[in-house]
Amino acid sequence: MNAREVNTLNIVGGRVIDPTTDADGRLVDIHVVDGRIAVIVEAGGALPSADSVLDASNAVVSPGFVDLHTHLREPGREESETIETGSRAAALGGFTAVVAMPNTDPAQDSRAVVEFVREQGRRAGLCEVVPSGCITVGRAGEQLVPYAELMKSGVTLFTDDGNGVQDPLLMRRAFEYSSDLGVTMAQHCEVSRLTAGAVMHEGSCCSHLGLPGWPSIAEELMVHRDIELVRITGGRLHVLHVSTARSVEMIRAAKADGLSVTAEVTPHHFTLDDESLRSFDPVFKVNPPLRTMADIEALKAGLRDGTIDAIATDHAPHADHLKEQPLDTAPPGMLGLETAFALSVGELGMDLRSVLACLSWNPARIAGIADRHGRPVAVGEPANLAVLDPGVGWTVDRRRLASKSRNTPYEGRSVTGRVRHTVLNGRAVVIDQVAQR
Amino acid sequence: MKHLRGIPELGVEGIVRILNLADHMVEVNRRPVPKVPALVGRTVVSLFFEDSTRTRISFETAAKRLSADIMTFSVSTSSVNKGESLRDTIETVSAMGVAAFIVRHKTSGVPWQVSQWTDASIINAGDGWHQHPTQALLDCHTIRTELGRPATEDCLAGLRIAIVGDVRHSRVARSDIQAFTALGARVVVVAPRTLLPPEVHTWPVEVTSDLDSVVADVDVVYMLRMQRERMSEALVPDLGEYSNRFGLDHARAARLRDECLVMHPGPMNRGVEMLVDPADLRRSVVTRQVSNGVAVRMAVLFDVLGDTNPEVAS
Ligand SMILES: [Zn+2]
Ligand SMILES: [Zn+2]
Repeated sequence: MNAREVNTLNIVGGRVIDPTTDADGRLVDIHVVDGRIAVIVEAGGALPSADSVLDASNAVVSPGFVDLHTHLREPGREESETIETGSRAAALGGFTAVVAMPNTDPAQDSRAVVEFVREQGRRAGLCEVVPSGCITVGRAGEQLVPYAELMKSGVTLFTDDGNGVQDPLLMRRAFEYSSDLGVTMAQHCEVSRLTAGAVMHEGSCCSHLGLPGWPSIAEELMVHRDIELVRITGGRLHVLHVSTARSVEMIRAAKADGLSVTAEVTPHHFTLDDESLRSFDPVFKVNPPLRTMADIEALKAGLRDGTIDAIATDHAPHADHLKEQPLDTAPPGMLGLETAFALSVGELGMDLRSVLACLSWNPARIAGIADRHGRPVAVGEPANLAVLDPGVGWTVDRRRLASKSRNTPYEGRSVTGRVRHTVLNGRAVVIDQVAQR
Repeated sequence: MKHLRGIPELGVEGIVRILNLADHMVEVNRRPVPKVPALVGRTVVSLFFEDSTRTRISFETAAKRLSADIMTFSVSTSSVNKGESLRDTIETVSAMGVAAFIVRHKTSGVPWQVSQWTDASIINAGDGWHQHPTQALLDCHTIRTELGRPATEDCLAGLRIAIVGDVRHSRVARSDIQAFTALGARVVVVAPRTLLPPEVHTWPVEVTSDLDSVVADVDVVYMLRMQRERMSEALVPDLGEYSNRFGLDHARAARLRDECLVMHPGPMNRGVEMLVDPADLRRSVVTRQVSNGVAVRMAVLFDVLGDTNPEVAS
């Protein structure tokens, strides 16, 4: 009875900052038709009318964020998060795409599971859920996953996250075998023999608290190994959640040598240090652990000089009853999607455009989705956008987060930088900090 | 004092207060009927997630001598093994009207976590490698009474105390070092690098791996228990090598000063860290530590729960 429904949306009065603009951006009004940007005029100019209008006055319009590192817990751990609740948290955080980590149950090592995760994301309709694949079957570190097969389901990022691939032979083969497929091996760098039972960073704080330490060297040995394997194999490495100063140095040197190495850092690793564990609150237990102020400074410097390409959340929801355990049995991980923008814009001392690069177009490239995310805000481009209030303060309240879990380490913290609206494929999925579905 | 969780938060004033109370409790314990009604009607629950019959019995004896009602929450028969969170366990037991929990756990920090979930007082009976404050208090009490010193803020001043062995994994060492140095002693830790905590230079101690260089020059030798499972973690090559380097043998015992006290938190590993019979030593105070343990734990329980004069007589 109806003609095909045409969706139109106007975003008015915003200042656009994207990969093509300078740091100041430009004030424009945007008209979106059927998921794509159709018209852009100078703010206040004549724009076709639309079904809905988003007010972007005094706000920044950016390509939507891309999280390289999200644990959505489905399938297998739906008591802590589902793809729908995690997608909602992502949308509220300004993300239009998230890479779903493969440590689900069953693990994302087959097309069936990968397709399930992608489809659940589509059904939720709040952000694009981009499944990663495992490096090894069942993340057990023994047998390679059929990468080319999973590529048919759109997987370009492979990781055993939660585990590092311990066997150097297997990792060498993974780089070699994948080197002509154009995919990326994303490593959780942890030599597990050095971290058995570890609860927190091995340093003076852990020394006084009498908790088993997670030494920096356990990360650095694997960063070093994988960089050298890339050098001889021509594979492509992405270093997940870099946490130590020495890792940053090695990645900087690898890039200077022209190797295909990229890296991410989490907001918690550049905003919190190991002293947080003095409270003995397992909300601060995370893997790799919170490090020292010297590491934080090195991570920030790595972001500023481009050694670290992306800010990724390692969003890791855990139900309350799992975290309300002694520190050794409580699982590691903390929420990140809804606080990432504020912590990045508020605590890095970087200009906004550089922060957006780390949250949007750099990770879009690493995730292999740069054809549709992290795009310039220009006519003909897909409308995956975030409308941001970089200067607006708010207070983190765990009960008001959209995630199914509440394990944020920032409870009660005053932060600056808020996401106003999020637009996914031309539809407003968040309007004025309220998820629309 | 609401809780006794660790030596740092007790502070030197708190230590001195407990030591003074302990003197009084020693006197109570010498009476024909060593019991006072100080804590009548107060319920104390011992919550031992890690087995330690010695410490539990010491606390339970202390509680009974103060006329408290003491109950043992046995972990093996409880629901903590059935997927209940630690918080659920604490809230359930608290609801029964508990004045204090005595908590022992293999993981550092549990007494601090527990105190968020209950209004009851928390007494730490040992958490992980972190704290064992009543052990430190009874050790301070033992040293100063053996040397005839009153309970003052500098009652261990001028003493040099050697702590020998696995400091890294020892809650006794952490608490003792804090308490001994707070009362004015100097501490030297003697261990191989593998059994020292990370960043040991941030601790207020001297460090050496040469026991022979210190035995003749200290006022107290405090031997730590060497756990056999450390062998499988490659922390020392073998027990024989450990004993040779860090055990108290006859040759080393012969070089101790006449007045040097020999201490051990128990249980002792004979043939590993103790190669001599403590009974053969001039000044072994190992059994004195055990008997002082009851008096000090009475002092702690009274300090935490008592609202009347401990003199309240039967
Ligand atoms: Zn990881
Ligand atoms: Zn992760």
